[in-house]
Amino acid sequence: MSRPTPPTLAGWGLLERPGVECRSEDLAALTRGAVLTRGLGRSYGDSSLPPPGTLDVAGSVLADRVLAFNPETGVLRAEAGFSLNSLNRLFLHRGFFSPVTPGTSFVTLGGAVASDVHGKNHHRDGCFGEHVRALKLRVADGQIVECSPTVEPELFRATLGGMGLTGHVLEVEFQLARVPSPWIVYESERVPDVDAYVDALKAAAADWPMTVGWIDCLSRGKNLGRGILIKGRWAEAHEAPPEPPRTGPKLAIPFLFPSWALNPLSIRAFNFLYYWKHWQRRRAGLMTPDAFFYPLDGILHWNRIYGRRGFTQYQCVLPDAAGRGAARRFMDKLTALGGASFLCVIKDCGPEGTGLLSFPLKGISIAVDMALTDRTQGIVDALNAFVIAEGGRIYLSKDAFTRPEDFRRMEPRLDAFLAVRRKWDPERRIRSAQSVRLLGDGT
Amino acid sequence: MKAVVLGGTKGMGRALSRALAADGHDVWLLGRNAEDLARSVEDLKARSPSVKVGAAPCDLESPASFGPALDAADAGLGGFDTVAVTAALFGTQDQLEADAALLQRLLTVDFAHTVLFCEAVRTRLLSRGGGRLVVFSSVAGERGRKPVVLYGAAKAGLTAYCEGLDHRYRAAGLVTVCVKPGFVKTGMTAGLKAPPFAGEPEQVAVDVLRAMKRGAPVVYTPAPWALVMAIIRMLPRFVMRRVGF
Repeated sequence: MSRPTPPTLAGWGLLERPGVECRSEDLAALTRGAVLTRGLGRSYGDSSLPPPGTLDVAGSVLADRVLAFNPETGVLRAEAGFSLNSLNRLFLHRGFFSPVTPGTSFVTLGGAVASDVHGKNHHRDGCFGEHVRALKLRVADGQIVECSPTVEPELFRATLGGMGLTGHVLEVEFQLARVPSPWIVYESERVPDVDAYVDALKAAAADWPMTVGWIDCLSRGKNLGRGILIKGRWAEAHEAPPEPPRTGPKLAIPFLFPSWALNPLSIRAFNFLYYWKHWQRRRAGLMTPDAFFYPLDGILHWNRIYGRRGFTQYQCVLPDAAGRGAARRFMDKLTALGGASFLCVIKDCGPEGTGLLSFPLKGISIAVDMALTDRTQGIVDALNAFVIAEGGRIYLSKDAFTRPEDFRRMEPRLDAFLAVRRKWDPERRIRSAQSVRLLGDGT
Repeated sequence: MKAVVLGGTKGMGRALSRALAADGHDVWLLGRNAEDLARSVEDLKARSPSVKVGAAPCDLESPASFGPALDAADAGLGGFDTVAVTAALFGTQDQLEADAALLQRLLTVDFAHTVLFCEAVRTRLLSRGGGRLVVFSSVAGERGRKPVVLYGAAKAGLTAYCEGLDHRYRAAGLVTVCVKPGFVKTGMTAGLKAPPFAGEPEQVAVDVLRAMKRGAPVVYTPAPWALVMAIIRMLPRFVMRRVGF
């Protein structure tokens, strides 16, 4: 008799590992003795997957209650499974928005804390963690601990960006941003190459609270890294249309695409069209926050376009100290390695935040998607060597391939993080596939 | 509406309570755990600040709790006109076959005590000219099926009760809505393998709210389950004997 195939879990990159997600409204009970908690599974790599030898991980998404909201101050406390999608749906029309949001709204508060997510306003407002006032955690020995910048501050700092390894996040209290209207004023411009793009990004940072852009990483020579820079701010009440923004019907990718659907030719065609769709040099107008912050959320399961083989995203930040040409050198390196990317997003980051392992630092963040092939490990290794030489680091929420020795070389803060972890979880009971791979946790 | 939701802190009940409050209806939650109720009340208040929200303890395992719970809801809402019963116990066929005590609890809670609760609601609503009673039964009660013999039997009884109640009292103003959810991804079904057409509680809430407003006697939700069950209802007995679902 054939044995049934073991159940699997995957991150957003569709990389599968044996695993089962256990869900309950009662997250406090569910996390008792659990090895790891995951949210909506939007981290790309293996950070939300169980360590080898363990199947069960706790899933927080049913724990989605708002526990307190003060409309005077905008302080909100909610269970860890509450998503930014729900947050924005409930509070945008009341004049509040998430203080920081990544490029998807399908992220839980617990996930936003564990990844210490950043967004288009990082150069102004920092990471999500900068707006967190308190956390309630179930730590490894089973206790429930409340921490904040003043209570157990080391545990608090280690948990922001700590990839869920310091404790299971049960509740999050944070400060919402007040917005003058539910609309975005945007301006976008076509930029001819990567150096001009980075210059434009830095110049825009002074006047615009939100910036982001996409570049074409397949064009070569003088067109290398040509792209579209998008700048935005919340519309003042008098600029906004009287009606609230409507959310259109969502498209969904209904099945896994065949693996050949995305190939260098189709990616090149997409990049060409995307660039020239913006045929005017400059555009400006009003946009809905959904279209501005979450263009890909409009297509559910978009990760399926990569097919069964799955994909990874390589995201790194290169410090300002690396100099003006750092982004171009990265693009040159990527092109030389043949890492064709469907999407390449470049964004400037503000100063390093509170979180002990938080990703951003003052410099330029670059993110590229890559379909998984036999060459992926080699490409990631080569890019990591480049990033280490430039003094940068990678984003753990995207990673599935970095080697432990490379991670240690790019992360001088690791010992401080491990010291906190040693104090709260000396036996490393809370662990993930990623922590086994990168931090050498036992299985 | 002024709606009471028994089981409104979890799963489909939680989603229905949120949908009712978001639609502008006052909501009174009934449930077993006081702290859990308090957290859900805060959730509803934060989501829908303009409606009245409250809670009182009520346990389907203890019929003595029904009267005081409904009294509290009546006092809190100034007389309710709608009651939804979403609470129930669940066990897989294997669990229930192996554990007679669990089976007795489930049959008692999901059928006998649920009917007792509905009867208490019926007398209250009829005494003031009628209202709506929304009972969450299940597609498991449609046919005797191998994977849900015991749970399905309790739900079949509940479905029959709902139909009879609706026939007998609709003219008097009491509208009974029997909700038959298919597989819905809640804490109750966590760990079970989700079949095709598995739904989300939010979708169920939208469907149920629409049915409540229309006064539909039966609602299958999510919608594809109406078709699935129409086919299963028509399958001859010799086919049902052979298939595994």
